[in-house]
Amino acid sequence: MLRAVIGIALAAALVALPHGLSFSQQEILVFLTINVLLVASYRLLTLTGEWSLGHVVIMGVGAYASALFTKQLGLFVPLSMLLGALTAAAVAWALSFPLFRMKGFYFLIGSFAAGEIIRLLWKRFRDPFGGPKGLKGIDPMPDFSIGFYDFDFFEPVSYYYFAGTVVAVCLWIMWRIEHSPVGLTFHAVHWQDKLAQASGIDVRAYRTRAFVIASGFAGLAGALLAHYIGTINPNSFDVEVMVFVLTWAIVGGTATFYGPILGCVMLTVLNEIVLRELGFEQMRPLIYGAVMILSILFLPKGLESVVERLVGPRRARA
Amino acid sequence: MTELLAQTGLNALYAASYISLVAVGLVLIFGVMGVVNFAHGELFMAGAYAIVALYADIGVPFLAAVAAGLVFVGGLGLLMERALFRPLRDNPLGGLVASIGFLMILQALAVMGFGVRMEHIPPPTQDVIVLSEKVRLPVSRLVVIVSAVLLLSALWYFLKRTRFGWALRASAQDPEAAALQGISINQTARIAMFIGAALAGVAGALTAPLVSVNPHMGHSVIVTAFIVIIVGGVGSLEGAVVASVLYAFVHTIVTTFYDGVVADIVGLSLLLGVLVVRPTGLFGTADRA
Repeated sequence: MLRAVIGIALAAALVALPHGLSFSQQEILVFLTINVLLVASYRLLTLTGEWSLGHVVIMGVGAYASALFTKQLGLFVPLSMLLGALTAAAVAWALSFPLFRMKGFYFLIGSFAAGEIIRLLWKRFRDPFGGPKGLKGIDPMPDFSIGFYDFDFFEPVSYYYFAGTVVAVCLWIMWRIEHSPVGLTFHAVHWQDKLAQASGIDVRAYRTRAFVIASGFAGLAGALLAHYIGTINPNSFDVEVMVFVLTWAIVGGTATFYGPILGCVMLTVLNEIVLRELGFEQMRPLIYGAVMILSILFLPKGLESVVERLVGPRRARA
Repeated sequence: MTELLAQTGLNALYAASYISLVAVGLVLIFGVMGVVNFAHGELFMAGAYAIVALYADIGVPFLAAVAAGLVFVGGLGLLMERALFRPLRDNPLGGLVASIGFLMILQALAVMGFGVRMEHIPPPTQDVIVLSEKVRLPVSRLVVIVSAVLLLSALWYFLKRTRFGWALRASAQDPEAAALQGISINQTARIAMFIGAALAGVAGALTAPLVSVNPHMGHSVIVTAFIVIIVGGVGSLEGAVVASVLYAFVHTIVTTFYDGVVADIVGLSLLLGVLVVRPTGLFGTADRA
């Protein structure tokens, strides 16, 4: 009962939120919504214990694929977004063959190398990827109406509602996956991989599954981004963005579903509202770096551990 | 054709020299501390900016500025050891994340201090050794090659022939057993971080007049260093040197006959190939993970 009330209040607040913001803040809100999907999908990937450095490039695969489906084949935008997500998942599946021969540090470096190769291919091949300048003039979402609300995608508010709905559905699916037998097996593979293997679980197959599913959602996030900003290039998905995702996950903590989302929201608010308003734009990487170091030194379990401590005694659950 | 190959060989030898300085430092840090120092490319960048500040701006003699860069970047290494890696010793992922944070701080400081534009550094000497009509070796490149050989020989002597070197190798092999023998882990960590960082700084300082110095130059350096240490076998200093030479030759030849981006793709594919076929690298042993 209490949870339902909280849920409805949260949903109402999220619907009302953009109307109190300026135009540029509304745009940031759209990026934040997409980033929430990205970081939540990243957590799904880390459930099996492997940390990838190629996740943002996989997001880029979804963005490039969806943009090319509309540009070259003239597909309907929402359909091409879904196909973009499927392409990202398919690329991840292909990459899983070399990558999951590795673990830990080697997987980290291997995923980094695989991501860089994809990025260099975008850079090298002007046709169809547009080379270093990337793709421009990507078709926007076509406007539509659902009776009581007209979606006009020149307005960030409309795109926020559209992307927000997509992201909410994706989060719900990811939550269901994590609490299904498959998701519980992901946890087992992470914490007890020898035992899981001895119990007849194909550890590598489950790692691949987590990787492919997470990549599909990351690809969808990329497609949402591409059709919003209309232009993408290889540097939109470089390692600096990956570092931001990593920071969100580390600062928020990855033990709970909401941890990385919390990290993403808090750091975006800190960055956009506080730093930009105060004129510290140039110091952004410096502050991100410092926050990253301070949180790993003093809050190694992330912001979520603070939340757990505050509400912990009453709701002592895993 | 022979002349083209000879010139390509000289170019590769020059690339191999500074790459091996960077890679050997990275391996040393990984071996002793057990952390992957993602900020290693930015230590290289810091060395290059030491030359910008001291040699190009104030006019300190080039080799004195290189020496100052060595000490400065070595000092950065000590700072990282004390502030980041020591408190996070039991947390390998934490060390990696902290080094990524440090990387961003160094990059932002370079941007704030010097701006994002490319720095132009006049080379200390314009002399060129003409070996034949088409085979030329600029003296500034020869300086890099000679310095790398001298520094790596000195490091080899230090590691294999001195007591400190023995202690360092002992704690790289088995920190607990080394501690039981009265070797201070903190001290060996300090020495390893100083040497490892200083080698990257020296490489950046020596090559500063020959490359485009900018705050984001560390990225390609760290990518190259990762390729080299994986191909050579993580934890193997000899492997890092051999892999540097191998990589430099492959990369230079592909760049000469195709272009730089293809060469980068070939290099990264080499890395993935080694990881798939022989994850311990050419010289690594299985128990070092």
